Formats: sequence, C-alpha cells, structure tokens
Amino acid sequence: MTEYTTIIGLEVHVQLRTRTKLFCGCSTEFRPDAPNTQTCPVCLGLPGALPVMNRYAFDLALRTAVALNCDIAEFTKWDRKQYYYPDLPKAYQISQFDLPFSASGWLEIASDDDPNATRRIRITRAHLEEDAGKNLHDESGRGGDSRVDLNRTGTPLLEIVSEPDLRSASEARRYLEQMRTLLRFMGVSDCNMQEGSLRCDANVNLHVRTSDGETTATPIVELKNMNSFRNVELAIEYEAKRQRMLWEKTGQSIEDAPKSTRGWDADRGVTFAQREKEESSDYRYFPDPDLVPVVVSREEVEQVRRQLPERPDVRRRRYQEQLGLSAYDAEVIIDQGPEFAEWFDSVAAACGDGKTAANWATQDVLRDLNADGMSLSRFPITSQVMGHLLTWIVDGRLTTSAARDVYGVLKQRAADGQVLTTSLVDSLAAERETVRDTEALTAAVHAAIEALPKAAADVRSGKQAAVGPMIGMVMKQVSGADPKVVRSLLLEALQE
Amino acid sequence: MPVSSLPSRPVAELLTALSSGNLTSRQLVESCLEAISAQDDTIHAMVHVDAEGALKRADRIDERRRAGEPLGLLAGLPVAIKDNICCRHLPCTCGSRMLESFRPPYDAHVTEAIQAADGIIIGTTNMDEFAMGSSTETSAWGPTRHPDDPQRIPGGSSGGSAAAVSAGLVPLALGSDTGGSIRQPAAFCGCVGLKPTYGRVSRYGLVAFASSLDQIGPFARDAVGAALLLQAVAGHDVRDSTSVRHQVPDYRTELSRPLSDLRIGLIEDHFAEGLDEEMADAVRRTVHQLEERGASVRTVRLPHSKYCVATYYLVASSEASSNLARYDGIHYGRRADGCTDLMDVYCRSRGEGFGPEVKRRIMLGTYALSAGYYDAYYLTALKVRRRIREDFDAAFRNVDVLAGPVTPTPAFRIGEKTDDPLAMYLSDIYTISANLAGIPAISVPAGRSENGLPLAVQFQAPPFEESRLLRLADAVLS
Ligand SMILES: [Zn+2]
Repeated sequence: MTEYTTIIGLEVHVQLRTRTKLFCGCSTEFRPDAPNTQTCPVCLGLPGALPVMNRYAFDLALRTAVALNCDIAEFTKWDRKQYYYPDLPKAYQISQFDLPFSASGWLEIASDDDPNATRRIRITRAHLEEDAGKNLHDESGRGGDSRVDLNRTGTPLLEIVSEPDLRSASEARRYLEQMRTLLRFMGVSDCNMQEGSLRCDANVNLHVRTSDGETTATPIVELKNMNSFRNVELAIEYEAKRQRMLWEKTGQSIEDAPKSTRGWDADRGVTFAQREKEESSDYRYFPDPDLVPVVVSREEVEQVRRQLPERPDVRRRRYQEQLGLSAYDAEVIIDQGPEFAEWFDSVAAACGDGKTAANWATQDVLRDLNADGMSLSRFPITSQVMGHLLTWIVDGRLTTSAARDVYGVLKQRAADGQVLTTSLVDSLAAERETVRDTEALTAAVHAAIEALPKAAADVRSGKQAAVGPMIGMVMKQVSGADPKVVRSLLLEALQE
Repeated sequence: MPVSSLPSRPVAELLTALSSGNLTSRQLVESCLEAISAQDDTIHAMVHVDAEGALKRADRIDERRRAGEPLGLLAGLPVAIKDNICCRHLPCTCGSRMLESFRPPYDAHVTEAIQAADGIIIGTTNMDEFAMGSSTETSAWGPTRHPDDPQRIPGGSSGGSAAAVSAGLVPLALGSDTGGSIRQPAAFCGCVGLKPTYGRVSRYGLVAFASSLDQIGPFARDAVGAALLLQAVAGHDVRDSTSVRHQVPDYRTELSRPLSDLRIGLIEDHFAEGLDEEMADAVRRTVHQLEERGASVRTVRLPHSKYCVATYYLVASSEASSNLARYDGIHYGRRADGCTDLMDVYCRSRGEGFGPEVKRRIMLGTYALSAGYYDAYYLTALKVRRRIREDFDAAFRNVDVLAGPVTPTPAFRIGEKTDDPLAMYLSDIYTISANLAGIPAISVPAGRSENGLPLAVQFQAPPFEESRLLRLADAVLS
C-alpha cells in the first residue's frame, strides 16, 4: 500500500510593533487611505539618503527570538537583497542573508494524535528585514496606470522560517495560532492578518512511500497569498491532494521539477501556478556598506531572557493550577490576547476568585465585546469596577442575576457618559442585595405553599422539580431574594 | 583690493577683511559671480549658479554682522559644492541625464553644516557622471577645462570644484573622493584637496557612488582654507551609521603647532615605472625641504599596493551597481517615453539615462556580485582590501606620515584617455589605497612642470590625523 505524508515548512513574516520604521523615523501606522504620507528621503530611497537602524525594532526581534528558543548570534550584519520592482524604491531590500541574528529555535504545539502531548517544531532561523511598499493596479479593467504606495516601505519585518517539521494542514494552522499567541504575549506584534502584520507562505510537498518500501519526495511548492489561518489550512489541504493526484498521474519527483510558486484562490478554493519573479534566482546579496554590524553580548541576551513577559503556556498553567480555571476557560482567555488576559488577571485579583472572574470574563464580557466588535481598550467597565462588582457575588451578597442587572446598568450609565466608580457599583448593588432569612422571606414561603397546594404535595411526595413554580412566586414577592436560599427555605418548610 | 581677484585671496585675509568691515559678503559673492561670468564659459567648472539666492544670503549675513551678531566659522564666505551633494535650493544632477530634473527635497549634512557656519552655497560644480571618471569628461554636461590650459582636463571626478577654486571663481569648494576624486584634480589644478578619514564627514545627502569608500572633503588655495571648511563639515552625524564619534580638533589652531620630529616615509612602491620624472622630482624636492626643517625621512614599502587598482574597481563597481539600481525610472529621475511594459521602463530609462562609463561599471559590479562569481571577485577583493589596510598599519608603526606622488603625470589632454579606460583608471593608482584603507590623505601643490602645469605631493596619515596633514600642507606652502 502507498503511504503519503505531507511535509510542510512555514515562512512567517511578522510586522514588529514599533512606532517608527526599521531604518528611518517615519510612522508605521496602517494608513491605506493616505498613500505616500508616511515617507521620507530614507524610505523613498532618494539619492544620498542613508539608513540608520531602529534599535527598538532590533530589541523586539531579539525578544521574539529568545521566546522562540533561538540561539542569538554575537555578530550579525545587514545585507542587500537586490531585485527590481516598483514597490522597492532602492531596488534592494535591506535584509539578513548568511549571518541572521538568530537561528535554531523551536515552538511547541499540541500534537495531532494526542492533544495532551506536544510536538516541537524546529525554527531554522529568524531574521529582520524591511518591508516593501504596495503596488496598486487599476482593477477597473480600463488599463489605467499602476500606482505605488510607499507607506509600508521600511516597516520592520521579522521572518521566521520553520524546518519542514509540520505534517498536516491542521498542524500548520495550530503552529500559526501558537505563534500568534506567543508573539502577542511577548508584546512584539499585534499579528493582524487583515492589515498584513502577519503573513505566511508555506512550502509543501509529499513523501510517498510505496509498497516496496521506497520513499520519494514530490516537487516542493511554495504557497502564497493566504490571508487567514483558515485559508492556510485549506490551501495546504488542497495542495496535498493536488500533489497526490499529480504524483499518481506523472510520478514526478523532486529531482524532476524545481520548486514552483502557487497562489491560493480563496473564492474558488484552488491553488494556481504563479509567474516567478523576474530573475528571482540571483538576488546578488552583499553586505550593506551603509550599515554597521550589530554586536550582541551574552549579557544582553540574558537580560532579554530575564525580562521576557510571561509566556502564554506558563500563563495557562498558572490559570489552571493557581486560579482553578478549567482548561477550556484558561484557553479562551489566553486566546483573546495579552490585553484581555491582563484585564482578567486584574479582575481576578480584585475580586479574589479566579473562577467567578473567569465566568464573567468568558461569558458576559466576551459576548458584549464580540457583539459590538469592540476592543477591550474601549470597553467601559474597568477591571477595578468589574472586580468590585464580583466581590459582591463572591461574598454572597448579590445573586448572579442581580449582578447581571447591575452590569447592565453600568453599561448603560457608561453609554450615557457617566464615569463608572466602585462607589457607584456599591450603591447599585446595595439596592439589589440578596435578602436572606428575613421575616418577609419566611412569610412569602408560607404564602407560596398555601397558594400552590398541588405543587406542595408533589414535592412532599418526592418530586423535587415541582418546587420551581413556588420559588418563582417567592422571588416575585421578595425582590433580591437568592433563589438558592429560597429553595432551601421552601424544602425546609415542606418537610415540617 | 581689486574686486576681480577677491576669490583668489587667501581665506584668512578675506575673513579679516570681512570682520573688519573692509569687505562685505555681498561684495565677495558679487566678485565670485563676476569671475564666473568672465571665465566659466571657457572653464565650465560650474553646473548651476544660484546668484540670486547667494546674494540674498550674503545680505542677511552682512546685516547680522553690522548688527554685531556673532557669525559662524565661515562668516559669509562663498562655497561651491559638487553636483552630487544635496541642497534644497539647487538641482543635484550628479553630471547625469538620469538626474537632470532632480531637485533634492532635503539638505545633506554638509550643506546644513555650511549654512549653520554662515557659509554661502553659491552653486554646484561639474563632475564625472556619478563621480565615475578621472577627468570630468564623463559629465553629461560636457567636460570642465583646466584653468591654465583649456586643451587639458582638470582631473576628476571633482574636476569642477578643483577648477573653480584654482581659477579663483570661489575661495572654497567641497568635493567627494572615492578613489582620488578630490586629490587628483587638486593636484592637476594646483590647489589643496583633502580626503578625510572614512567616517570623519557624514555622507548623509552625498549621492552614493561606492558607500564604503566615499568621503566628502574640502578644496582650498591654502591649508587655512581647507582647515576652515573641514572644521565646518566634520563631526558625528546620527543620520550616517558609518560616521564616527571622534572629537573634531580645532584644525586652524592645530596649524600653528610646530611639526617637530616628524618621521616621513617615502612610499617606494609609488616611484616605480609609469611615474613622470618631473612629478617624482617634485615629490623628492618637497620631502627634502621638510627634511631640512627637521623631519626624518626613510623609505617604506606597501607590498600590496600593486593590487590596489584591481581591488578598487571590484569593490567600488560592486557597490555602485547596487547604489545606482534605484535609478529605475519609477519614482524620480529620468523615465523613457512611450514604454510598453515595466521591463521596457527599466531598460530604456536606464539605457537613456546613464552614459557609457557608468554602464561599464554597473555591468562590472553586477558581474562581480553574481552567484558563482561573488567569492572569486567581491570576497577576494575584500580580503585584499584588508591586506592593504594592514600595510598601512605596519607602515604607521614607524612613520608619522607617508609621502608620495598624487598622480603619475600632470594634467593630460582632453580626449587623451577617453578611449582607454584602463589608462584612465591608472591615473588614480596612487590615490586609491587611502580610500581602501579609510585613512586621510591630502594633495599639496609642489611647483610647476617645465610647461607650466601644476605638480603635487600626496601625504597620507593614520586615521583622524587630518590636522597633521594640514600642518604639512601649511609648511610646504609657506
Ligand atoms: Zn521614512
């Protein structure tokens, strides 16, 4: 029987979260609406302009490489990668060729076969380079001039190249998700695929093992223009199938055909052959004489390691082991990214109960954020106010539904422009404070038993579910009563 | 003093006259403009003259002087800049049709520095196209002519700057030196030309030819002028990563320090075949004069100097092929008309925009960096370059300064070497090594040949010893 193994290596380009570009002081803000406004002589490649390395970009790159367990080179240099294209105004890209600043790392992902086991995907190298601009072609079909927007030119990009260690499309997707989570928690990139701050190319081929025990590799295909993780997965799946069919038909191996490039057409769900870039075979790399090499000492690397933010896997473990969260809740919170996790941590600390904080964070708050498509930074309830509200629940002074009520009022007040404070929470909560064991409650319990004799009899004969309507009646009469308390009072009274 | 000869007066004299009120900057600028209109039709040293702007700035400086305000180092002296240095209010063509219409939207570091020192940038000077040449004959705007003999070239690539200073069109000028482009024309024209240590003057705003070799430096009629202009433009600049944080001495004050116990090394390798007898005698005579004034002289060897020209043309052309790739007709500069597709835009714009010498070097450099040739050419050149630098390190352990010729011959005739690129390249044979080693070097006038052409001597010093070179120049000239 013939066995097919999909072999995948990923090249991820991450835009680093710097305010300014890699070799000049221009802003890196995403401004497709105002082309060529974030430019200067340096990133326009004007005659006589010279690059100067943005040290902060280099530091972010170092932090990423350390988080990816890479070895950091003590000496690294800049090289020119030369090719002609209208979005490349100098006709070379400043990149790193033979001495990248980091190499030989790894990223752990959950394995396909056993979700509790992890697999190490090796990272070949990570290097820093400048982004190109964007060519804007006339899409009206009337053959208008093409235009070039150089706002993005010179934005710092980190290229992270994996070894061909991934074995399935879903594994590739998990690698990307894991990478994105890590990069976001390291504070190095916002990893926004829509704005192009995270891009991915995939090298895909098959290892075919025939019944006679021989293994052959199919030609490598580089997949491009996949603009979401889902599309990466779909494109690889499609490509593996296509290569399998091609192999069955032609038997073409890696020796028979050079590496080729294919694009992903998300609408039709197919990959298609792309024309190779002009003379892409020889970039005539050579050291950029305008820049000086960068020397990184062991001490600097150690300092970066010491100051690394909490890694997402460490955080997930902390949530489960110290805060008692379920694996699912921990994952949901981590998946939202570092801002949300910080917010959650602060709510949990303020209310003193991680589980309650997690329930609210993953349900009410996330639902509202998703419904309004709002970012956490614009969410009106601060972690302090939220935490304070939750202390009322944790102390048993407010029912969950009463707290939801307060939460709703808080959102409304915020929408009306009021500043939310903990004392506002206190006054809203006090109005809804849980009533327990008071005379009113006892009276209402007895009144309910009298009013619903059939239900009372059912309960007495062992049908506990029949208590529901009576609870409802008491709750209606005594607002703010805790249904748990009402239920036990009713059962007590019925047993008498 | 007669107005027409003002720009050729010693700079120290001009500064005294300006500060005492005997001379205004306007008068000085006017006399430069007069000299230019009287002589430059023949010499063609200038590419663009900003008469109106220069007069306006002169008036402002005169006003400030009258108001008793303190003025900068250049105190209203006119300066011409080579046509490859960016200045907001002047075109910057690099002697090329490619940049015929290019006006830089920003100032070079040196332009800012001159203006901050109250110097007046009066215009741009002619040069070989993209500084590739040794005669200014590759300029798209036609050659500059030697001020003393219009049948001869002034040298290059900064031939316009050298001719302008020597002819008395301007008292001071800036050039750039990649393999001798300041020193060789200074030698041919008979003025002082200094190439500073690599990194001493910021290259920000100097249109790159070969980034690891290019340096901006001054032309003047005497050591004081060169010291003054270097003072104004030297120093660290954060916009040039290769610019060095090394304190700038007060070069003018340094001039008055005596040159006692100076150890001079005469470069034996530079007196081999190919050196004109008169030139060799001029060097020996000058060195002998210094010996009589207390210097000790010995001969030194630079064993790798025979590889200089080959190494230089690989390194410089490789970098140039990359630096000049940006002139592609897309973003600025020349774009060919009626192109059918992108490749057509590239090929025809570059084909029309560049002259033959630039094309020759781009092809040479592209070849040297190509896959399969990189190790044999570019990498080998880098290794030899290191050896050349080590030769100098070894020499400077025993001597304070190296002396030798600047050029094999005095100024040659127009057209004499245009058909023989190798002969043209060899006219830089003695100057190239200072660029490869990154050390400072100066060309100092040393009398005239029998037929009246300037002769010159070159001094080279360890890194950042520009003041030693200026003191030597002052000693030789006074
Ligand atoms: Zn910029």
